[in-house]
Amino acid sequence: MTKQPHILMCPPTYYGVQYEINPWMSRARQPDQLLAMQQWETLHGILVGCGARISLQTPVPGLPDMVFTANAGMVYGRLVILSRFRFPQRQGEHAHNGSWFGEREFTVRDLPPSMYFEGAGDALFCGDTLYAGYRLRSEMQSHQRVAEIIACRALALELVDPYYYHLDTCFCPLAPGIAAYFPAAFDHYGQQVLQAGVETLIEVSAREARAFACNAVVVGKTVITNSGCPTFHRQLSDHGFEPMATPLSEFVKAGGSAKCLTLRLDGEEAAGWKADQDACTQDTASRKTGNAKRPSPERPLD
Amino acid sequence: MTAQPVGTPGEFHETVEVRGHIIDSLILPKILDCITSSGGSFRIVQVSIGQTRKDPSHASIEVSAASQEVLDSILATIADHGATSVATGNCRFVEADKDGAFPEGFYSTTNQRTEVRLDGQWTEVGEQEMDCGVAVDLAQGRAVCVPMSDVRAGQHFVVGHAGVRVHPQSRHLQARGFEFMNSQVSTEKPKGIATAQVALEMARCRRQREKVLVVAGPAVVHTGSGEHLCKLIRGGYVQHLFAGNALAAHDIEHALFGTSLGVKLESGDIVEAGHEHHLRAINRMRRLGGIREAVACGELTKGIMFECIQHDVDFLLAGSIRDDGPLPEVITDALEAQREMRKRIHGVSFCLMIATTLHSIAVGNLLPASVGVVCVDINPSTVIKLSDRGSFQTVGLVTDVEPFLRGLVADLSEVVA
Repeated sequence: MTKQPHILMCPPTYYGVQYEINPWMSRARQPDQLLAMQQWETLHGILVGCGARISLQTPVPGLPDMVFTANAGMVYGRLVILSRFRFPQRQGEHAHNGSWFGEREFTVRDLPPSMYFEGAGDALFCGDTLYAGYRLRSEMQSHQRVAEIIACRALALELVDPYYYHLDTCFCPLAPGIAAYFPAAFDHYGQQVLQAGVETLIEVSAREARAFACNAVVVGKTVITNSGCPTFHRQLSDHGFEPMATPLSEFVKAGGSAKCLTLRLDGEEAAGWKADQDACTQDTASRKTGNAKRPSPERPLD
Repeated sequence: MTAQPVGTPGEFHETVEVRGHIIDSLILPKILDCITSSGGSFRIVQVSIGQTRKDPSHASIEVSAASQEVLDSILATIADHGATSVATGNCRFVEADKDGAFPEGFYSTTNQRTEVRLDGQWTEVGEQEMDCGVAVDLAQGRAVCVPMSDVRAGQHFVVGHAGVRVHPQSRHLQARGFEFMNSQVSTEKPKGIATAQVALEMARCRRQREKVLVVAGPAVVHTGSGEHLCKLIRGGYVQHLFAGNALAAHDIEHALFGTSLGVKLESGDIVEAGHEHHLRAINRMRRLGGIREAVACGELTKGIMFECIQHDVDFLLAGSIRDDGPLPEVITDALEAQREMRKRIHGVSFCLMIATTLHSIAVGNLLPASVGVVCVDINPSTVIKLSDRGSFQTVGLVTDVEPFLRGLVADLSEVVA
């Protein structure tokens, strides 16, 4: 029995483009508030339909990007390492994120304020390895620190295209050993690292990368993306996934899409430690029912 | 910027360190490529590769360039890839997440004078001790060595080597006239000269009101040299005595029954039922409540422990698993004994270790390298063990304890005269 997927979202009550901190943003091109709310609610409905439990963060006036909960922090078991935002415009989110996790059953770890780290936007597990984007938002030192805290292998990937300013805009782990990526967002070292580290890499075209194909939410075998990624959806089907499209045009105006609007609280599908935890849950269940004992998997440190 | 034009004329250098999964992520080759493509050159000073996939690796790289401007530009570029200057970066620290254990990657101390860089200021690490972590208090601008068992969750500990510098100890004892012992374990050197040097050092300490610590084993009593140590105490040459249960037990056995381990020290004869004497001595102390009480009520009137109490010499008895009794003053909790020793070694400038392996190593581990140590033992391996465990400042003297102490007392009389 696998645990119910658990996702954090934040309604776009105060969402808008109030500042410009990535090339997608233009204060001259404001999102349609009503349409944004509709698109968010549709995504919410799809996730609930996939069997996910959704927890909601209370939106805060003046913090329009709180809607992008992927950047609240990085979850590892019951540990969350809070984001430290590079841009002052988003730094106000930190306290609210800290309170939200602190009031629940999470151990909250903080990095020094000057150490930029943008959570699950830049740090994604694929198998046992944490892939970590740096240079545009998070910095290398923060990933080194995170790797020390959770004692895991962390491979840093330099992001070279400002349009793909977070790793989750150009790299999408789908399951342990399989991920999608947009190669041109990485330098040639980063491309080599991904090619050597991930067994099956689905290459996303420039056109669909621009439509935020890589910014997909994965729940079980279902992969939800912004609409406008038909080739990627065919590739996903070929690899045994079930793609779903939903329009998220209003969030693309701020440089985000499906994945940015969610934070997986029980671990992404591709995270090796999550598979271990699920195995552990199954193990406990099987012991309760008197089945043969399986070897106990390694558990997260915190 | 601390880069200095050293080595090849016109070249500017800076050492940087990079850590993490730098091999698998190709960060190390990327940094090296950045250096060369920006017109610099590099020399790998040190690389340690993690043993498993989870283990981080570490590299120190000396970056060189023809001008300071080029060097600065290279350093700025590679800093984005995680290469931090060893000399100019602040130390990094991580909050301890649990009591009694350092955060992973903690900086492990040596016994040598160490500084850490906090907010751009080099700050002296207090209570220098080997095999500890360095706790930093940014608000107070302080850094101090903390042993593993004393770690408390919430303290911040230095991790990595960036922003840490160690000042190798000059050969402290050589500067004080120990040049003759240019091999650490002096097995084949004239003992008389060595003893005279120790006497000079102890006399200097007394003259300058510096503290001397003696760490002694029971062989001091067994060999009949207890009275020599008593003379040193009476002469004001010893301020602290660290020992175990056995030294005190046999010293008191000798004071009460004239034997040590049942052997009459004056004649060398084995006394009938003498093997019980040390137990009877310990028992009497326990009945009276302790050594101090025994001195106070006139039961104990001579010996090393008696002289310590009479002359206000601080003594600490640390227990071990094989102890009889033990005596009431013995601290049986090993961690508590370590903590007490740490408190009491402040201000000690010379330490004489006589005929005890375990206590010598235990105290050697606690002493900063600035404290001169002379270790006297019949067994060369005691001194070698001390040096192997990092107390490199130890000068060893391989000899029987009795002639050494007899010579030391005689030499001190001469020095003073």
